[in-house]
Amino acid sequence: MKNFLPSDFLVHIGPECILCGRCVRECSFGVLEQKEGRIIAHHARCVACQRCVVFCPRSAIAILPHPSTSRHNAYWTPEQRRALLRQAQTGAILLAGAGNDQPYLSIWDHLLLDASQVTNPSIDPLREPMELVTFIGRKPDHLEIVPDENGELRLATELPPQLKLDTPIIFGAMSLGAVNLRVHKILAEAARRAGTYFNCGEGGLHEELYPYGQNTIVQVASGRFGVHQRYLDAAAAIEIKIGQGAKPGIGGHLAGEKVTEEIARTRMIPPGTDAISPAPHHDIYSIEDLAQLIYALKEATNYSKPVGVKIAAVHHVAAIATGAARAGADFLTIDGFRGGTGAAPLVIRNHVGLPLEIALAAVDDRLREEGIRHQVSIIASGGIRSSADVIKAIALGADAVSICTAALIALGCTLCQACYTGRCAWGLTTQDPELIKRLDIDEGVERVQNLLRAWTLEIKEVMGALGINAIESLRGNRERLRSIGLDVHTQEVLGVRPAGM
Amino acid sequence: MRPAQRYDHAGCATAGILHKGGQLINGEAIIEAIATMRERGNGLGGGFVGYGIYPEMKDYYALHIMYDREDYRQPVERYLERALLLIRSERIPTRPTPGVGLAPVFWRYFGTIPPNEPRPAGESDDDYMVRVVMRINLEFEGAYVVSSGKNMGVFKGVGYPEDIGRFFRLEEYSAYLWIAHARFPTNSPAWWGGAHPFSLLQWSVVHNGELSSYGINKRYVEQFGYRCTLLTDTEVFVYLLDLFLRRQKLPWEIIPIILAPPFWDQIYRTDSAQRRALLTAIRQVYGAGLANGPFSIIIGHPRGFIGLTDRIKLRPLIAARHGEMAYLASEESAIRAICPSPDEIWEPLAGTPVDERLFEEVVL
Repeated sequence: MKNFLPSDFLVHIGPECILCGRCVRECSFGVLEQKEGRIIAHHARCVACQRCVVFCPRSAIAILPHPSTSRHNAYWTPEQRRALLRQAQTGAILLAGAGNDQPYLSIWDHLLLDASQVTNPSIDPLREPMELVTFIGRKPDHLEIVPDENGELRLATELPPQLKLDTPIIFGAMSLGAVNLRVHKILAEAARRAGTYFNCGEGGLHEELYPYGQNTIVQVASGRFGVHQRYLDAAAAIEIKIGQGAKPGIGGHLAGEKVTEEIARTRMIPPGTDAISPAPHHDIYSIEDLAQLIYALKEATNYSKPVGVKIAAVHHVAAIATGAARAGADFLTIDGFRGGTGAAPLVIRNHVGLPLEIALAAVDDRLREEGIRHQVSIIASGGIRSSADVIKAIALGADAVSICTAALIALGCTLCQACYTGRCAWGLTTQDPELIKRLDIDEGVERVQNLLRAWTLEIKEVMGALGINAIESLRGNRERLRSIGLDVHTQEVLGVRPAGM
Repeated sequence: MRPAQRYDHAGCATAGILHKGGQLINGEAIIEAIATMRERGNGLGGGFVGYGIYPEMKDYYALHIMYDREDYRQPVERYLERALLLIRSERIPTRPTPGVGLAPVFWRYFGTIPPNEPRPAGESDDDYMVRVVMRINLEFEGAYVVSSGKNMGVFKGVGYPEDIGRFFRLEEYSAYLWIAHARFPTNSPAWWGGAHPFSLLQWSVVHNGELSSYGINKRYVEQFGYRCTLLTDTEVFVYLLDLFLRRQKLPWEIIPIILAPPFWDQIYRTDSAQRRALLTAIRQVYGAGLANGPFSIIIGHPRGFIGLTDRIKLRPLIAARHGEMAYLASEESAIRAICPSPDEIWEPLAGTPVDERLFEEVVL
């Protein structure tokens, strides 16, 4: 069949080129070729991952949007036509990587933060303490405090297990398979250094990462990959994955080619076989089934660690979250539709789910209406891009956020969305040993750690401006947010007043 | 009339005097103390609370209610006659006073809970009264419960506190504990309900400062059924006190730790493991009750008062003792105006409470 698909990009090679061939070696998508004294580009294969651009020693390469155009049509956009043509050629479900890239409203960008002037002085974070310590886990409704035999007050309530975060940012779930072991090692080490946690995702925990257990949240998902007693014992916390923001309502599929020896051993499946996560957990068809799994995991770990539930932001997210909290979840991870994925059907990624901002506000509100918000922790995830997003998420009601795409970008990801091809030129979402080598672990740790440090400093700066010196006074404090350019209904859902009021 | 639904911030002066032996002090003294700090207010709010002012009625809840206009009174009274066993209802005496403009109508009601009222199992009389207060504030137009404790009452309004004191004829009252407030609202709705003290049951609070954490403090207490209707951040202190002290039965000593907890660094450095565990748990569980931002408050209760500032003391507080008297004020001048040479006078450290109580043997 003739390929009707026009190229997305044009690889422009300028006169500075010295024919060193570096770009040819760097391109993992077979775009570039050195032939007869020049570099030839197969534009149609280019995903604009920028690898050649960054590594060209003469900065001779530029990736451009393909200049050839068809008649403008605001309705039948080039993306629509392209998707349609691909389906006409393949008859298949279109796949996509990374997160929802459609131009839905980014509510973060319509929220403004407050600052102190005169009546409540701002606080200089360089001179005064700014406290970001956050505890994730179930809290009792109140404490029993009684005098001991010497009349000193003593805590008589035993608190359920808590995760202590020195900064309210966690590395979110990316499975071994979706990313490679080096990525896991980087995130684990960076989490340990920053006093926070990394979530190993649903593909098990590699043997070499067990020493990082006390900074690891392990996942139990519908495929139950790599779940065994030692896995649960090694972790600081357990997260039951019900859904993922990038692809609510569906499972996962790791192609057999990606299931190397190492991944197979970790996932406890034969090498080379497809690893399929079913859409639902086949033992969870109702809230009472979820409660049973929560308590089975708590029993298995002797109530020694928090057990949380991750759900995708969908229309009834508030009711689902409340149900999970009542079913015994110690923390809830709410994953918005901007969250990433290694592979998802394009139609799901682009059209299913809710913005995190909406879901987070709705969940926090519902838990408060039911009087149980203070008993359970909320981790907000899915498209957190900056410290400003972190601060706004916490002000809307999150205890902490988790980041994945942001950490990958820190490691080189350019959001080319070709994760599902397994050809990641930056060595992140690939299992190709040659490509993996591109990711230097020590440098990677430094980059991710720097990112956390920078965001942490920025959070403190903003808290100082807000006149708030403990993160718990920002959490759910929507009074310090105002909206700009949002409609009345969205403001109502967010519980945020318009700027000027 | 209540302004549009938003809360406002304020700067202010506070003062409190307590006779630890329970002897009654005439209202003139507290007026003199607070009037000394006239320049800390701007004439847009002044108020007082006295404990021990209704000794002959000490077994009855004393409801002070403010009506925007006379015609808002009847629906509330019809409700009160059903909800309570009223034994006395009367207009709170006032006098026309220069500096005090058009005033709302103030009434007081003394009563108990009707014995046959259907109530949820285990509900205390105080719980019942809180429901009554919340209902009036929320559902009855133009009516606001100013105070609702026993043997105590709040008198407040728009004006300088000394004028408000004369307006309410405070020289006719005597109390073993007086607390006063002068207001400097920064976003100035001249609203009588916005003056301090704020009070619920036996608790009262005056506040100099602004809660940067108000948004979350409010949402936290709302989970427990409290409704913030009086448009100022100070109100939330009262509900926090009621929640922690009366409903959750936390010891008094815990309140300052929740409102102005030690920094984590200080907690890590605490030697006693028992104390460390206690402080850690308080911060973990009661983080939403942390009062962040500048504040200096005086909390009144039937056995005494507590003075407290925020964790980095962004508002002033001075404490003094003389014989059986204890004093708190924003400025030393206010204390010396009524007690020129106190035995002790000091500046409490940030976040460190001054907790003065009646002697244990004092029976009220």
